[in-house]
Amino acid sequence: MALNVSDYLIFDEESGTYIENPEQVVRDDVEKHHWLNVFRQVLKDWRLYLMLVPMIAVFLLWRYLPMYELLGCFKVTDDVKTVAEQFYSGFSYFKQLLIGGTTLSTEFWRAFRNTFLLSFYGLIFGFPMPIIIALFFNEIRSNIMRSIYQVLTYLPKFMSTVVMTSLITMLVKQGTIISGAGVISQMLEHLGLISSEVANAGLLNNPSFFRAIYQISGIWETAGYDSIVFFAAIIAISPTSYEAAQIDGAGKMAQMKYVVLPSILSTIVIMLITKIGTLLNIGYEKVLLLYKPETYMTADVVSTFSQRYGIAGTMKGLAAAAEMMNNVIGMLLVIGANTIAKKASNVSLY
Amino acid sequence: MKRKLEISELIFKIISYLLLTIFAIMCLYPFIYTISSSISDYDAVTHSEVVLLPKNLQFDAFKAMFNTNGFWNSYTNTLFLTVYGTIWELLLSVLGAYALSKPRLLFRKGFNFFLVFTMWFSAGLVPQYLNYLATQKVFRAIGIVDDKWLVVFAMGMAAMNIILLRNSFEGVPSEIEEAAIVDGATEMQVLTRVYLPMSKSIIATVTLFYAISRWNGYFWARQMITNNNEHPLMVFMRVRLEDYTDPEKIAGWNYNYAPDSLIYSLIVCSVIPILIIYPFIQKYFAKGVNVGGVKE
Repeated sequence: MALNVSDYLIFDEESGTYIENPEQVVRDDVEKHHWLNVFRQVLKDWRLYLMLVPMIAVFLLWRYLPMYELLGCFKVTDDVKTVAEQFYSGFSYFKQLLIGGTTLSTEFWRAFRNTFLLSFYGLIFGFPMPIIIALFFNEIRSNIMRSIYQVLTYLPKFMSTVVMTSLITMLVKQGTIISGAGVISQMLEHLGLISSEVANAGLLNNPSFFRAIYQISGIWETAGYDSIVFFAAIIAISPTSYEAAQIDGAGKMAQMKYVVLPSILSTIVIMLITKIGTLLNIGYEKVLLLYKPETYMTADVVSTFSQRYGIAGTMKGLAAAAEMMNNVIGMLLVIGANTIAKKASNVSLY
Repeated sequence: MKRKLEISELIFKIISYLLLTIFAIMCLYPFIYTISSSISDYDAVTHSEVVLLPKNLQFDAFKAMFNTNGFWNSYTNTLFLTVYGTIWELLLSVLGAYALSKPRLLFRKGFNFFLVFTMWFSAGLVPQYLNYLATQKVFRAIGIVDDKWLVVFAMGMAAMNIILLRNSFEGVPSEIEEAAIVDGATEMQVLTRVYLPMSKSIIATVTLFYAISRWNGYFWARQMITNNNEHPLMVFMRVRLEDYTDPEKIAGWNYNYAPDSLIYSLIVCSVIPILIIYPFIQKYFAKGVNVGGVKE
């Protein structure tokens, strides 16, 4: 086959030079992805593809295979048969959960509302804290002091959920005949914030305290560590910006407003959008370890609802359906947030 | 004019120090309280006399905890899960991330999406549970009776960590790799001699993330490990917490330490390994947090 130059290069009138023939690009692409060529290339580079195999296998077996089990949502499930052997039951589980004032559907809606509220409050109270802490870190010029603060404030992030919830349980535990209430309950009692009856009854047994405990411990756990991102953005600001502002007579607040905040705004926007994206993906472990039947009213979230009925109980199809609805909405939120973040980061990165 | 500037800056500085100190104390206080309570005696703990420092020292709670059935067992189980789990995850992640970082890899976008999708959508607890049960059956059938191996192999692997590694590998200049290939290096040698040394800090970070999540793992270990002797420390701790806060189970307690002190001593034991390595690895944390790290 004769090679023809015009197949590869064509003269472009506008720029006055030769450019690649777009048709040839397409032809190349088609040829590259022809199965025989793909096969040859994989064979030539087999080591590279072999490296990929174990990772893909793990993800397939233990991440994607469970998604197949989701078919159980549409089928009659019991413990004897596998998902493949069951009959389809249509959308009966979804109907059962979404409509019809049964206790199950009320409980599901309560769990859904709690999921949303827990993460929404987490966003409102938890999101500004790392930014504030990063601003404070920036004020500390002594490296040693700053390292000490960083070491201490990052620390809770690395404690396990079990350790953290055990600590919380002990610190706000109920008083009994032989022992007093937890030390934090007692402190709050001394400050006059709660009455001694409430303190002695145990804050974790009281549904009206669950959200506060969840949020405060959440801030305690992550605020220091999450400030890393913002602090990195702040120290990237050139010192000349501050000097210029100082010469113009800007005080500390004015510097914050006109130098620091605009510089870290894009980081804040991206982090905020990412946080909104994960609004429904609430960690189940912490709730599971902290909640009790007394506090289901405010504490039960969709994943714990699902755990209670599907893993501890036997209503597997129903429980899977409940969590799937939550996760699908969660995924739509994440994808939406990612799309917006991509656009926003282009706009707000000056 | 200049004076006024200094005052506003000074005030802000003082506020920063003050509030950061308060926050740092808040982060540290629970741990100090835990240590103090674990070594104070029965009366001091039950009458809530311990606020910051230990009172009426005793070390019997620790001794009792060390002698408790299953404590050392659970400790070694946790070490087992952490060491083997981290090695398994790290090996697979490094190999996979290396392949994904190569532009010549076919269907690279597809493979990346395959990973990223698991961060967006998870099937949920019940399907995962059924899946693990099925895996357990298969493992039993091929002779792996110890459920710890199920936890090691089937649980873990975070797409985020693989993406961190991949991004770091992409940053290695291709000239160095080409030079190595000209010198006759094989694919494996390129990875171990060129890429790994050049991404030391990110590998340290990812190892840390994996190891910490293994050390702290609880839920699936409790669900899937049926033999109580194989339970890791976190499960052991949770079971003890449920026992010692149950008024019926601690009725007629006559030791010189409170039941609470046992739990506090257990918390101390589980946290100490992390506290020991923590200062050495703290400098790597910032590497693991990058804005917009998820590229497709």
